[in-house]
Amino acid sequence: MTDSKYFTTTKKGEIFELKAELNSDKKEKKKEAVKKVIASMTVGKDVSALFPDVVNCMQTDNLELKKLVYLYLMNYAKSQPDMAIMAVNTFVKDCEDLNPLIRALAVRTMGCIRVDKITEYLCEPLRKCLKDEDPYVRKTAAVCVAKLHDINAQLVEDQGFLDTLKDLISDSNPMVVANAVAALSEIAESHPNSNLLDLNPQTINKLLTALNECTEWGQIFILDCLASYLPRDDRESQSICERVTPRLSHANSAVVLSAVKVLMKFMEMLPKDLDYYGTLLKKLAPPLVTLLSAEPELQYVALRNINLIVQKRPEILKHEMKVFFVKYNDPIYVKLEKLDIMIRLASQANIAQVLAELKEYATEVDVDFVRKAVRAIGRCAIKVEQSAERCVSTLLDLIQTKVNYVVQEAIVVIKDIFRKYPNKYESVIATLCENLDSLDEPEARAAMIWIVGEYAERIDNADELLESFLEGFHDESTQVQLQLLTAIVKLFLKKPTETQELVQQVLSLATQDSDNPDLRDRGYIYWRLLSTDPVAAKEVVLAEKPLISEETDLIEPTLLEELICHIGTLASVYHKPPSAFVEGSRGVQHKRLPPRAGSGESTESPDVGQSGPSEAPPAVIPSQGDLLGDLLNLDLAPPTATVPSVQPSMQMGAMDLLGGGLDSLMGAGLGAAPAAMPASLGGAPAVGGGLGDLFDLGGGVGMPTGSYVAPKTVWLLAMKAKGLEISGTFARRGGIIQMDLSLTNKAMSVMTDFAIQFNRNSFGLAPAGPLQVLTPLSPNQTIDVSLPLSTSGPVMKMEPLNNLQVIYPPTK
Amino acid sequence: MSASAVFVLDLKGKVLICRNYKGDVDMSEIDHFFTLLVQQEEEGLLCPVMSHGNVHFLWIKHSNLYLVATTNKNSNASLVYAFLYKLVEVFTEYFKELEEESIQDNFVVVYELLDELMDFGFPQTTDSKILQEYITQQGNKLEVAKTKVPTTVTNAVSWRSEGIRYKKNEVFIDVIESINVLVNANGSVMSSDIVGSIKLKTMLSGMPELRLGLNDRMLFALTGRDKGKAVTMEDVKFHQCVRLSRFESDRTISFIPPDGESELMSYRINTHVKPLIWIESVIEKFSHSRVEIMVKAKGQFKKQSVANNVEIRVPVPSDADSPKFKTSTGHAKYVPEKNLVVWSIKSFPGGKEFLMRAHFGLPSVENHEMEGRPPITVKFEIPYFTVSGIQVRYMKIIEKSGYQALPWVRYITQSGGERRFLNG
Repeated sequence: MTDSKYFTTTKKGEIFELKAELNSDKKEKKKEAVKKVIASMTVGKDVSALFPDVVNCMQTDNLELKKLVYLYLMNYAKSQPDMAIMAVNTFVKDCEDLNPLIRALAVRTMGCIRVDKITEYLCEPLRKCLKDEDPYVRKTAAVCVAKLHDINAQLVEDQGFLDTLKDLISDSNPMVVANAVAALSEIAESHPNSNLLDLNPQTINKLLTALNECTEWGQIFILDCLASYLPRDDRESQSICERVTPRLSHANSAVVLSAVKVLMKFMEMLPKDLDYYGTLLKKLAPPLVTLLSAEPELQYVALRNINLIVQKRPEILKHEMKVFFVKYNDPIYVKLEKLDIMIRLASQANIAQVLAELKEYATEVDVDFVRKAVRAIGRCAIKVEQSAERCVSTLLDLIQTKVNYVVQEAIVVIKDIFRKYPNKYESVIATLCENLDSLDEPEARAAMIWIVGEYAERIDNADELLESFLEGFHDESTQVQLQLLTAIVKLFLKKPTETQELVQQVLSLATQDSDNPDLRDRGYIYWRLLSTDPVAAKEVVLAEKPLISEETDLIEPTLLEELICHIGTLASVYHKPPSAFVEGSRGVQHKRLPPRAGSGESTESPDVGQSGPSEAPPAVIPSQGDLLGDLLNLDLAPPTATVPSVQPSMQMGAMDLLGGGLDSLMGAGLGAAPAAMPASLGGAPAVGGGLGDLFDLGGGVGMPTGSYVAPKTVWLLAMKAKGLEISGTFARRGGIIQMDLSLTNKAMSVMTDFAIQFNRNSFGLAPAGPLQVLTPLSPNQTIDVSLPLSTSGPVMKMEPLNNLQVIYPPTK
Repeated sequence: MSASAVFVLDLKGKVLICRNYKGDVDMSEIDHFFTLLVQQEEEGLLCPVMSHGNVHFLWIKHSNLYLVATTNKNSNASLVYAFLYKLVEVFTEYFKELEEESIQDNFVVVYELLDELMDFGFPQTTDSKILQEYITQQGNKLEVAKTKVPTTVTNAVSWRSEGIRYKKNEVFIDVIESINVLVNANGSVMSSDIVGSIKLKTMLSGMPELRLGLNDRMLFALTGRDKGKAVTMEDVKFHQCVRLSRFESDRTISFIPPDGESELMSYRINTHVKPLIWIESVIEKFSHSRVEIMVKAKGQFKKQSVANNVEIRVPVPSDADSPKFKTSTGHAKYVPEKNLVVWSIKSFPGGKEFLMRAHFGLPSVENHEMEGRPPITVKFEIPYFTVSGIQVRYMKIIEKSGYQALPWVRYITQSGGERRFLNG
């Protein structure tokens, strides 16, 4: 007979019937009824209405029935807090039962009834159970303290339960010790400053003794607790390590990982010249490798952690490359992680094997895996210089397969290879160009365009290639547009004669027709650079790029240290500090590795042998929000390998070049694009020469409202206009574009009868009303006027596009 | 620290049974699990950890069930997975099969077990033999046993109860070695290792003290002292019962065994082994018409040994049809649902060589889908033989009652999956 029969009652009036059965005199019937209630609860029916009837069944000597009633209580007590009090008496009574199973059951269930009202009634029974003669009851009571603390922390402290719990660490029974440790750690985690776990050599010794005797889970609690201890010196550190290493032979992967955590942490304190240090390093590798034969999910956790360990101490696994070779049946998440570790372990010694494997993977069917494999080949080329040539030829072979996503992925990594080894492998460019048409992913298109731009002088038809992309400019993603803009500017600087038209075209596409502020900004910068000082432009755009770092996506050292302290936990799986994904943990101290042994050594220096990847501290952390960095980051670096730091000389130059323009670039946005045009005055011979700088007023950052108005700049110098100096700016007020002018008479005589006329311009700008200068302008007097403009005037494309000519005839 | 709640779901994501251990994660959060799972599956980026808001789901799949643990803390992920697998193990020992039906049929016991296995997110007693002493399938039995104090649960020896009696005291020792060899398309061995395991079936009375003696060669391998010899043991894992610190100090494998069947130790040896059954294959694919497969298998082990139940699995294109076979021994079978030809040979003596030819038709319309290139795999079992040369020298059994007990030893070598990749 199975329990499934209990699920079948779906009659009407079920609750009513159950009620009757629950109140039956017959024991058997009662039990059946409770089972039916639990079955209904299991399938999600609300049977809370039966609360009093079920609680009435609580007083029974049938253990199974009691368990079921307790289960019911745990589920519904919270929704019926007043009635839950009815159960208190039975709990108190059960805690004194002769049978330790019942005592333990009562104390275990009690803690799960999360009703504040009844907690105080539970203190006395709990106190008794904590001192129970039976270890089974004590170990259950220890956990109950943590439960109670979760409901009412103050109460637990007031009742002195925490001290009792601490005493249990010295209990004679290892299970009790383990649970007490677990409970204390749990409480300490929610109260980081409570100093609950004040571990000292004596308690550590007790824990280490219990470690040998308790269950596998208890061992994990103890090891995790040990990991938070800071040994006083290297001797103590070593002796703890010695007593923890046998755990590496445990069959449970979680025990092994927790032991690895303790060892990785305490190793930090051992002097590196110590024999034991070397022994320990050797001992760590085999258990880590064995973790890879565990169940796939455990393998995944292990691999994520190995990824950290390899970054922290590459010497541990440097000879174990082969075990990370992907198996045909590995789940995809295991495959991808293995690949990542393979790249980290790749070195000159094993590169041939690695490449052979990677090439094999690149012909598999799983798209994500194949992509990552192709990328991995590129990363090998960058990491192991001696293998670069072989990697490039492998990539070329893969491009020949014409499998679309393989080709695209290969092109993306070849771009990185060019960055690392400039001017070395241009011979492959021809092959790349053949595949131009098949590229449909933005990253690959951008990479290809970058390559064409970078090597424009060596590609005969570079202009044609780039022009072909220009047709659908507005359909491209930003990444491609930016890259195309830069590439064409590079091309222009390299071959100025044939490509003038092309560069004009792309600049106008970028500045005029685009809504993307980044693109417009970059367009304007190039434009200004090119128009003011082509030499400077060359210096900036064709500047020598810093080489990309060989180790990509390394975890930042302080984060890595923190993650090492969290081996085995979710933090180590996500590679994020706990504060990033656990609510309410922001105030919690970040865990740190103990300070390194030996005072002379710097705390950070990773102790790497000769070829350790983490030898070079990564300077690759991009400083986000750094405006200059962004502006100067003219080339689309791959996201993983951001330009480390801009060379100082280049930075200075750029500062000068951009100079004052920078302000207006950022701020002069007058709202709508057409209103934000730079103006240049001139036109009439009298005021000729007054060509304002293209960029003086350059704007483009789309400000949401017209709240910001660029400061006025001098458009017309007095000496060029017979004594009339005009400075001005454009503004948008209430949706109307206005030209704000300051007219200053620097001549000797009075000026009158001002008028204004706009020549045809690209924006169709024209005065919406007459210029209102009513009074004559005496010498050295300045007046401010605002001229409303409309965009309804005749449009004529100007060269450059945002050239605005205004005739401004002052009558004498 | 670990799980806030544990759920058992069916394949459609419906909760069959659950247990809320900590109450810090809303139980309705589980509704997001299945949506996330489907989403990840579609993207082909399945991952054993998923998160929704600040709730994290750690899950495994077993037959037609998902076992899911939720948490909103920085839990010990490896502990959670190890626990979920332990759940599977315990349930399987209780119900033989763990599947949707057995959960429903035994929901009362499942609740009881969930209550006993974990408390407030901390795994407790998970040894199913011990659990069976106080959580039984038949509820009424409990009343009889209810006064029994579960001492074993909290004893230092938490895996063996006192008072076990056998008329005849015996212990059976199985030494099983699996050979993993990976051969690439060119026929060179990419990687090879031996995973060994010593399994016990203990039928001994009382609380016996056992000591296992291995041959010196193995012991040296274990100590790592012996650098010259070919065999070095890479890693050893022991059952809970083995005194790890004792082994660490003087290499003695001493223990009080669990009753019945258990795995005492497992080891891994990284060594160059050639595949015991060498496979050569020629697969010719004539597009639009046929595939011709020729497989040659050679037993590369001692002549006096025999490999039993040999199975050679050869992948074929998914659109192949009308199979025809010719074998020099054994018989070949086409398994269309797995796209395989399985060539089985009941007994395969060392040194012998056999041949199989297969012929398949291919449709004239070509299948454009890319197909993976699964390797040829070989399965077999060779009794009375181990590759590593491990030998059990003695098993000392000491019990205070002083009975005589007999150890029986058996050796088996099996393939852990010898794989041979095909030419692209």
